[in-house]
Amino acid sequence: MPDMSNATPLLVMKDVHIEARSNDIWTSVVEGVDLTLRKGEVLGLIGESGAGKSTLGLAAMGFARDGCRISGGSIHFDGIDLLAQSEAGHRSILGRRIAYVAQSAAASFNPAHRLISQYIEGPVQHGVMQRDEAMRDAFDLYRRMQLPDHERIGFRYPHQVSGGQLQRAMTAMAMSCRPDLIIFDEPTTALDVTTQVEVLSAIRDIVRQYNTAAIYITHDLAVVAQMADRIKILRHGREVEEADTAEMVNAPREDYSRSLWAVREYNRIPRPEVKSSSVPLLAIQNISAAYGQALCLEDINLDFHRGRTVAVVGESGSGKSTLARVITGLKPPSQGSIHLDGDELPGSYRKRSRDQLRRVQMIYQMADTALNPKLRIGELIGRPAQMYLGLRGKALTGRVRELLDLIGLDPDSFINRLPSELSGGQKQRIGIARAIAAEPKLIICDEVTSALDQIVAAEILKLLDDLQSKLGLAYMFITHDISTVRAIADDVVIMSGGRIMEVGPKGRVLDSPESPYTRALLESVPERDPNWLTKKLRKSRLG
Amino acid sequence: MTPVMFLTWGALAIVLGTIAGWSFRWILSRCTTGYVRIAVRQAPVAASFGMLIILLYVGVAILAPLIAPFAEREVVADQFMPWSATNLLGTDNLGRDMFTRLIYGARNTVGIAFAVTVIAFVIGSTFGLLAATVGGWADQLSSRLVDVMMAIPALIFSLLLLTIFGTSIISLVLVIAVIDSTRVFRVARAVAQTIVTMDFVEAARLRGETLFRLVFREVLPNALAPLIAEFGLRFCFVFLSISALSFLGVGIQPPMADWGSMVRDNAALITFGDLTPLLPAGAIALLAVAVNFVVDWFLHIASGLQE
Repeated sequence: MPDMSNATPLLVMKDVHIEARSNDIWTSVVEGVDLTLRKGEVLGLIGESGAGKSTLGLAAMGFARDGCRISGGSIHFDGIDLLAQSEAGHRSILGRRIAYVAQSAAASFNPAHRLISQYIEGPVQHGVMQRDEAMRDAFDLYRRMQLPDHERIGFRYPHQVSGGQLQRAMTAMAMSCRPDLIIFDEPTTALDVTTQVEVLSAIRDIVRQYNTAAIYITHDLAVVAQMADRIKILRHGREVEEADTAEMVNAPREDYSRSLWAVREYNRIPRPEVKSSSVPLLAIQNISAAYGQALCLEDINLDFHRGRTVAVVGESGSGKSTLARVITGLKPPSQGSIHLDGDELPGSYRKRSRDQLRRVQMIYQMADTALNPKLRIGELIGRPAQMYLGLRGKALTGRVRELLDLIGLDPDSFINRLPSELSGGQKQRIGIARAIAAEPKLIICDEVTSALDQIVAAEILKLLDDLQSKLGLAYMFITHDISTVRAIADDVVIMSGGRIMEVGPKGRVLDSPESPYTRALLESVPERDPNWLTKKLRKSRLG
Repeated sequence: MTPVMFLTWGALAIVLGTIAGWSFRWILSRCTTGYVRIAVRQAPVAASFGMLIILLYVGVAILAPLIAPFAEREVVADQFMPWSATNLLGTDNLGRDMFTRLIYGARNTVGIAFAVTVIAFVIGSTFGLLAATVGGWADQLSSRLVDVMMAIPALIFSLLLLTIFGTSIISLVLVIAVIDSTRVFRVARAVAQTIVTMDFVEAARLRGETLFRLVFREVLPNALAPLIAEFGLRFCFVFLSISALSFLGVGIQPPMADWGSMVRDNAALITFGDLTPLLPAGAIALLAVAVNFVVDWFLHIASGLQE
């Protein structure tokens, strides 16, 4: 690249204001953000949900989604004022010179057309290439994106390829017109960690090969550190800080930037070891389960002890959620037995006694769907106490207030609210209170922090930890996030393909894993070091 | 009536309707408070016009004996008399006062339609929600049964059943209610099926809640908005099918006044260019439009709240 083109920025956004409409009132979503991007440069845009990062990413294309409007500022792309363009003029730039890769490739591809016919649509429409030429080009880009069987994969339908492959096909499609700028909106968030590494490296290679500028939007600082030259942090629609990647990772200036590592840095006091002689609270013996013919759990043996947290880690399809369903009785096992406090539990929840149901409670990933939206907080939390402990009237209200105090919400202002009047973190706290209200022995936490922002997630983990030491609860903590495991677990169980790969105390499993799968899994988790991906790829090529 | 006159009358009706709706909304917002007041203030004019019309119909139905100048079945003059000061809208084929019959018709037709819709909803939504919540063979059995019933055209099915059971008011109400409850069943089941897959229902099952509580405390409150919207639409259909059955002679039996049979009995007048027999038909149409206006508004609010 000649130095001249590096000197003039490709994209200049100045003092951009974006508003969104709700109930006929326009509220500000992005307030005066500046952004410059040179040719071939990758800018990481990070922030919590609602920080305005996706909105700003779309604005870089001169586009505002439905119900939003760009109310102020200027956006110049290669000297062209995007906001002053006619619709036809704008369209000739989009796709041709600026491309967009969405978070969910599965939702962005048209399921009724083959991958390759969606690929060639852009170049042919924009008159960049002829059909045949575009087809050959697709094979080439599929190969560069490290897709297997690159001459034939394009003739499949979107549902016939895996999530990671689909995301790479989407990136290839975005590259089809060789745009100057690509906007990646959380392209790997929906993927498993081992798949994520492949997609990240493919994206990084192709962007470098064609010297494409990119805006990389994500909430994960470790991911963005691998991809970006510069990082900009957004919060509440304003810029918090912008710096080169190395500087941002090693020495962030603002407190808020530091707090983005909150979960990774949260570390609780370790619990004492269990005596080998003690009887486990819940013992799972030789459990197998199947959906139809397909075996989804195979010969699982696992113990849970009072006051301890067992983290069950695995990628999607590893059987970790099925294991939870077996314990709760939603999925009766085809073989094996579960003992709670020494008594055998019936396989189906319908056959369990009320007291058996009481002792195992569950907290869900999505607090939005886990709380009945039409019931008030008082009833949501009070119901288990009323059912299991027989509390009525004043005693019940007193207990509900006690529970609200316990989870750190003010009883007077929350007891009569509906779930829709709460924030995501508050809803999750209600989910916790509902589980505690039953006075259980074991709580199954199914990805309870994965839908939350880092800071809120850290608070929830801390709350769970406090409750554990106060009430002597046992937790089964299902997660795919290794930093959460480091923060809260005593013992770690690694699952894959319905089997337990490795089990042991946290320190041993995470620091000196024995099984090759655990090692591969741990090595795929992005680290803060900006050179992590480069090192990892070099290592895997050598090995 | 020339096209110009027709357009003039149409425009006048729209203007009057708008003014009526607008002023009714103003009055309503004066005498309500809190959430209701906010909702009323944001209601479109069409919705408040609809509410006004419905209220008017209800008022007429309740106060029929006070408003009507004659008794429902009283023969007051010669057959087919034109409009006059004593008989405001003339007389019908037996010499009964048309205006009086129109007023009593509101009472009979609207009252029966309301009763039918309520029964259809109690049956249909209870079984629909139960089928979705219980699932399995109970769901299969009831759904297939409903499919069989829905395979027979509703009007022909009700004609058949009414011929078997006779044409008393009670059998009329029950037959239409049962046939319509199959439609309600489908809607309730479809709505409930998306709700029962949610985590909070799973949580309630795991808590060991009874079926009764699952259906009425966890599922029903979340299915209420679409069900109420369906109630409005269903009411219109029931109304029309009662009138259709009356027109065919198996619905509300003479000498009870009913809008459907009033159209049939006086249909001969249309050949002479007289509009009178169309008035009951117009009354049916107006109520159907009014109910739909209100239902549209309600659906809008309900979907807004669910976001």
